[in-house]
Amino acid sequence: METTGPIIEGSLNLIGYGLAVIGSGIGVGLIFASVIQGTARQPEARGAMMGTAWIGFAVVEALAILALAFSFVL
Amino acid sequence: MGGLTVPGVPMRFPVPMETGHGEEGGWHTPSLEDFEFVGGFGGPDWVNKPFIQAVLAAVIVIVLWLLASRRLKVVPGKLQFLNEYFYNFIRNGVALEVLGQHDFRRYVPYLVGLFSFIWVNNLMGLFPLLMFPTFSNIGYAWGLVFLTYVIYNVAGVARHGMKYFKNSLLPAGVPWPLWFVIIPIEFLSNFVIRPLTLGLRLFGNLLAGHLVVLVFVTGGAYLLFQADGAVNKVAGGASLIFSFAIFALELLVSSLQAYIFTVLTAQYVASSLAEDH
Repeated sequence: METTGPIIEGSLNLIGYGLAVIGSGIGVGLIFASVIQGTARQPEARGAMMGTAWIGFAVVEALAILALAFSFVL
Repeated sequence: MGGLTVPGVPMRFPVPMETGHGEEGGWHTPSLEDFEFVGGFGGPDWVNKPFIQAVLAAVIVIVLWLLASRRLKVVPGKLQFLNEYFYNFIRNGVALEVLGQHDFRRYVPYLVGLFSFIWVNNLMGLFPLLMFPTFSNIGYAWGLVFLTYVIYNVAGVARHGMKYFKNSLLPAGVPWPLWFVIIPIEFLSNFVIRPLTLGLRLFGNLLAGHLVVLVFVTGGAYLLFQADGAVNKVAGGASLIFSFAIFALELLVSSLQAYIFTVLTAQYVASSLAEDH
């Protein structure tokens, strides 16, 4: 069969990566939503919350980064 | 589009603009090949651009901090104020807060050095002429991770002896049937996943960021200068302008990753030093 028109090429891994990143996207969103809410309620506690938030962000983001690595490796 | 050639030093043009490889022309999609450098500085093959950048960054960090620590005054001048601001940012914001009053002092030099080194290397990804983040080659990230891994394990063993392994593998108060589940999980989490994610996070963020920059800049430049049609030209110009926003995002991400690597290192040292789990 002859193919006409543009051919889409690429790695199927990237679709899996996109799906995997949804999870950590929601996670990071929840973390910073909580920080914003907390800051609104108690502005003076912002510094303490941000410190914890960055660590939580890093841990959640690790999943997305693992997915990126696996999307290249597998 | 050729390469930028400094006399005697064949360098790749920071932005790869080869369009196609000989055959039909067209756009060379940015890929992992753009992260591979072989030689180019007259030495052996492993003396490549990331290597030179890493050495350069180490020299910059050492020289700047040496200059900063000379002739300190009680009333700081402008430069000393700036240096103290960065130093205090790590000393008070990371070391003191995470490690606590008792033993933060010993780890301040490592944390300050780590932060400066990663930050300088990451900023090289945005600096004209260099335009390549060193840590988007994963070997360099593993080097730092190895150092941190050794430091937090040795810190734990030096403080608690062999009890360190019991502390980090077994939380207090777990009933014995659960040990068979908890110990492997804790082992994975503390000794495998931690260093793995620490390195992959730094590497992955910079690799992904640099890829996005390449897509916007080379794609935009190709559409603007090589492709035909008004729509393509407008899209290319818009993409080039938007790449400034991407650069701003990269500036944020680069600084953030340097900070996060430092905070997590401090966090891991703190958890090895802690009395119980």
